[in-house]
Amino acid sequence: MSSRLFHTSRNPETHPLTFRVRDDRAPVGLEEYQDTRGYEAVRNMLRDLSPDELIERMKAANVRGRGGGGFSAGMKWSLTMKGEGVPRGYIVCNADEMEPGTFKDRLLMEELPHLLIEGMIIAGYANNARLGYIFLRGEYVEAAHRIEQALQEARAAGILGPKVCGYDFDFDIYLHTGAGRYICGEETALINSLEGRRANPRSKPPFPGQSGAWGKPTVVNNVETLCNGPAIVLRGADWYQSLSGERSNDGGTKLYGVSGKVKEPGLVELPMGASAREIIDMAGGMRDGLELKAWLPGGGSTGFLLPEHLDLTMDFDTIGKAGSRLGTGLLAVIADNQSIVSLTRNLEDFFARESCGWCTPCRDGLPWTARILHSLEKGEGENGDIEMLESLASDLGPGKTFCAHAPGAAMPLQTALKHFRAEFEAGISHPQREAHAEPIPVGSV
Amino acid sequence: MATIHVDGKDYEVDGSDNLLHACLSLGLDIPYFCWHPAMGSVGACRQCAVKQYKDADDTRGTLVMSCMAPVKDDAYISIEDDEAKDFRASVIEWLMTNHPHDCPVCEEGGHCHLQDMTVMTGHDRRRYRFAKRTHRNQNLGPFIGHEMNRCITCYRCVRFYKDYAGGEDLGAFGAHENIYFGRTTDGTLENEFSGNLTEVCPTGVFTDQTHSEHYTRKWDMQFAPSICHGCSSGCNISPGERYGDVRRIENRYNGEVNHYFLCDRGRFGYGYVNRADRPRQPVMRVDSDDERRDELLDVGGALDHSAERLKKAQRVIGIGSPRASLESNHVLRELVGAEHFSTGIAQQEYENLQLMLEIQREGALPTPSMREIEDHDAVIVLGEDLMQTAARVALAVRQAANGRAQDLAAEIGIPAWNANAVNTLAQGRQYPVFLATLTETRMDDLARERFHGSAEEIARLGFAVAHALDDSAPAVEGLDEATQTLVSTIAEALMTAERPLIISGGSMGSREVIQAAANLARALRQRDRRGSLTLVSGEANSTGLAMLGGHSLDWALDSLGEGDAVVVLENDLYARADAERVDRALGAAECVVCADHQSTPTWLRADIGLPVATFAEGDGTLVSHEGRAQRFFQVYDPSYYRPNDLTHESWRWLHALHTTMEARRVDWTQLDEVTEDCAEHHPQLAGIRDAAPSASFRIKGQKLAREPHRYSGRTAMRANISVSEPRAPQDADSAFTFSMEGYNGYAEPRSQVAFAWAPGWNSPQAWNKFQDEVGGHLTGSDPGNRLFEPEPDNRLEYFTAVPGRFEQRDDAWRVARLPHLFGSDEMSARAEPIQQRMSAPYVALSEGDARRLGVDVGTELTFTIGSHRLTLPLRISSELRDGVLGVPALPTMPAAVNHEWAHLGEETKA
Repeated sequence: MSSRLFHTSRNPETHPLTFRVRDDRAPVGLEEYQDTRGYEAVRNMLRDLSPDELIERMKAANVRGRGGGGFSAGMKWSLTMKGEGVPRGYIVCNADEMEPGTFKDRLLMEELPHLLIEGMIIAGYANNARLGYIFLRGEYVEAAHRIEQALQEARAAGILGPKVCGYDFDFDIYLHTGAGRYICGEETALINSLEGRRANPRSKPPFPGQSGAWGKPTVVNNVETLCNGPAIVLRGADWYQSLSGERSNDGGTKLYGVSGKVKEPGLVELPMGASAREIIDMAGGMRDGLELKAWLPGGGSTGFLLPEHLDLTMDFDTIGKAGSRLGTGLLAVIADNQSIVSLTRNLEDFFARESCGWCTPCRDGLPWTARILHSLEKGEGENGDIEMLESLASDLGPGKTFCAHAPGAAMPLQTALKHFRAEFEAGISHPQREAHAEPIPVGSV
Repeated sequence: MATIHVDGKDYEVDGSDNLLHACLSLGLDIPYFCWHPAMGSVGACRQCAVKQYKDADDTRGTLVMSCMAPVKDDAYISIEDDEAKDFRASVIEWLMTNHPHDCPVCEEGGHCHLQDMTVMTGHDRRRYRFAKRTHRNQNLGPFIGHEMNRCITCYRCVRFYKDYAGGEDLGAFGAHENIYFGRTTDGTLENEFSGNLTEVCPTGVFTDQTHSEHYTRKWDMQFAPSICHGCSSGCNISPGERYGDVRRIENRYNGEVNHYFLCDRGRFGYGYVNRADRPRQPVMRVDSDDERRDELLDVGGALDHSAERLKKAQRVIGIGSPRASLESNHVLRELVGAEHFSTGIAQQEYENLQLMLEIQREGALPTPSMREIEDHDAVIVLGEDLMQTAARVALAVRQAANGRAQDLAAEIGIPAWNANAVNTLAQGRQYPVFLATLTETRMDDLARERFHGSAEEIARLGFAVAHALDDSAPAVEGLDEATQTLVSTIAEALMTAERPLIISGGSMGSREVIQAAANLARALRQRDRRGSLTLVSGEANSTGLAMLGGHSLDWALDSLGEGDAVVVLENDLYARADAERVDRALGAAECVVCADHQSTPTWLRADIGLPVATFAEGDGTLVSHEGRAQRFFQVYDPSYYRPNDLTHESWRWLHALHTTMEARRVDWTQLDEVTEDCAEHHPQLAGIRDAAPSASFRIKGQKLAREPHRYSGRTAMRANISVSEPRAPQDADSAFTFSMEGYNGYAEPRSQVAFAWAPGWNSPQAWNKFQDEVGGHLTGSDPGNRLFEPEPDNRLEYFTAVPGRFEQRDDAWRVARLPHLFGSDEMSARAEPIQQRMSAPYVALSEGDARRLGVDVGTELTFTIGSHRLTLPLRISSELRDGVLGVPALPTMPAAVNHEWAHLGEETKA
């Protein structure tokens, strides 16, 4: 069963991502998709636009990466190596949606697989790619099934293949299901995994646009980012920019969502820059008897915000200024009866486990934070633990680790310590002990 | 060049480096783990963080990993910055959270990079109070011990083993803090360079198991600069000794030869030095009552008896050896006279060595150093199974092929040191390597094209490529279409390359194959291609003996007759010629004197045996196949620990014997005099004078120490013999002392380094301090002196004797010797760990022949080859040509069997 999509009146002009979603939540098939101007963008593009014009349009639309990075998709496309002597490369759709509390791409893939396919063809054309890969989270079995079906439909209809929609452009898409590592959301680790290597991030430069999958120029975009392409081609950059109006400098709409202690967790497409309050209201507000204590704006790797931040616009820059990150834009709502220590411990357990093990701070520093948090959660913490956590969180910050995994993990920890220090202090019951004052059981791991 | 500002001081550095490399080369200490000068940067450990500032006015700066930061002109950095220091201390603290702190029982202790870096960062308090993760260890075979709990996950092991050495059976498994470096299952590490893991690993995960058997801390060993005697490559080694046993061999850095790496034969094959059955006293065989009795002699007795017997002989023939030093061979030659001196090398092999020498000196292309081999962009190997005959060269060829990755990266501005980026970009693309060999090799994964055939087919391929390059080279008639296509492919690749490399050698025993290589070189030169030619000569001093000159072994065996005496120097004739023939020759001689350090069949057959030094107990000069004369130095004095041990260098014995015979005083009391005499007598060897500094060499007025400062127990180590400590043995032959007294530093230019050690740097990483630039040359220049001119004369014309086609026979198979890294070298094959890795004897046939005979793998087949009858299990080779019988070069196999026709025994036919 797909996630709840809050019932609003949706139309193509205002809800380019979700207007086709059916009330019965069945996937939108090829015929239905084409009846609602599906693949028209691809035809128009192949008829009227050069790849460079297309990239300019994407840049003007200012689509910022919806996987959480917020990097301009048009800019990314413009940096892809193309031209004389450069081999045709790949479009990789990052569909490894593993960010805790995030379930937006799942809806798009389960219900609108053709939208993603169309978005990938557009990206493929812009970036001179020969093939697309959808790197799908392995647990998304239903999405895999529906995407595969849609790919077959598209191939049968000549939408994918040697002559896309009859034009002189060949492009096809393969579905690849991941084996379940959070780090595969990092684009270069994803590429390594796709190639059959260990899912360790790669050093940049070279950026994937220079040398990505199998050494060829490769563009990795999030599902939602790619799904914005068709409407931009069809309706133009100005229209897209205007969707968010005065609320945000970032263009378009965003698939927001909310989970946690609200009445009705779910998703909603709103103009970029909606406020957290609007989104929580859509979900019917807090569950009865509970008060909002804190919220994560866009997944486990974003920093905790407080009720006082509820009216901030949910866009990349504003949330960044508030000391967190927009991330995926799916809120996790925390109520007053929940322990921040436990929540943080749970997150750090996750991030420590999902470290690829390449660089030292992440591999060996994160488990240390998790173990201290376990101690504090059990009320067995020691004097100095909080200072140790602060020091660790600082050493896990940007620039000190190989990729953004550890800085992402450090963010909820740092903000939890900042906003809820007393809760951590309550977990301390011991003076500082000598390390290993008590014998370690043999064989314990 | 670039100027960088480090903590307020200005330095001129090479602008193509990263900051870590540049700072280390300046002598500045930055701790690191995952970086390695031969393997570049990957940014994994985060240990080398420094502060980098935008400009002189920036006071905040940002942390950067110095290994990943390119040197930029006018860069401002700080190593001493507090934030950088704190972060580096944190990194060590994290690395140590799971480390067992078992230094007292860890074999890495005392030469451990992790210990050094921990001390360097000042981490000395444990704050992590939780349980450590533990791993299960694996049995990785006889060479390498495995203790995964010590692992700090720097990834160097897999980067060396897989990326650098092409190994496939070591990997990184698991994730997060549970990364495991090992094999999928227990079992012997297959790669021929596995021993380098013990030096590449910054801590004690991979340790030298042969060292464990008789473990001694680094500070308690005595070292000397030495040369590996395992093949003709001339790798530099640093053997460590304690109590009169060689305890281990470690790599000795030579920026022109092996730089950081050795092969496993060289590292683990030293056990013959320590064998209990080694002769340690002169012996005379006395016949009494139908029985031969061994009578032990003292030195005087041995000399008197030998001299008396030799004087009685009408003629004394001397048989030298390509595994003995030039000096020892020279002294033997002086003893018997040039007209009676044999090099101890079989006729055919000797002729091929002479041919190779001629090509190296008068041919068209220069011979590269081992290091230079890495800098070629197309390689063709004719006939030589490099991994078995000169493994370190095979490793260098792999780097040549991989050099493409760095060149591709350079095109888009990725520096060569950025290892992962370079690999990502290259995606396995390599420079072309063409292998033409008898059968499959352990380098096949490198080959763009492989060709398998008999010696004449390989030669024909070479001749044909030369003709394809240059019309005036002799043509080859009757090539099949597939071969013709291959010829064009290879010719095109060689012409496209900027620096093609041709490799061949003597192991096939084929004159034509070597001539084909020479024609290739000439053809390239005719087409104005710059390139190089490497010819692998075989044994440690094969090239030296070929340069020294003399008769072949066959001459000696055929000449020996009534009234003759023979002196055999460090040579087991039974390993080189048919036993019956050797028996006959030695039987004909009136007296056989054998000088050797092993109890070989020749030693056992001799009338008088003189116990001589191995490389560990004596000094001497070898010439590698590159033409590089290199000195190996005595590691220890065996009589210090074993007063009855009468081992002396061969040259000392033979010179003493010479003067005893002539009843005069000895001329030569130190090696330098012998080296000088040899150089004087043989102008072609004049350069051996400069192979190493003389015995009078001093640094700051001091000799050089063989023992580290912290060498312990010297006053007690002979207490079982006498409680008073004798004076340390004096070394007249070299500038080294058998003591910790003497210079052992790095501030003064050094070339001959017994052991690398610098304050704060106890591990092999201390070599950084002895190099002009990290990974470059030693500060006092790399050891050795090339005897060949940099450019050969280019006088040789094309060889025109193109062999005919291989004529396959129905009733017989052509024998082809298959060399083995573990087993084909006589000395290392006497080391126990090598024996564990040796193949059991076998015969090999092609799939087609096996099918035709209706036999399967393991079937016992009987073949007659000349006078030999072999019954051995069959190995089927998918790559061997029909009509060829592969016979391994292993100690138990008959010597000198090659190219003959083998007939199937009647019983097998039935």
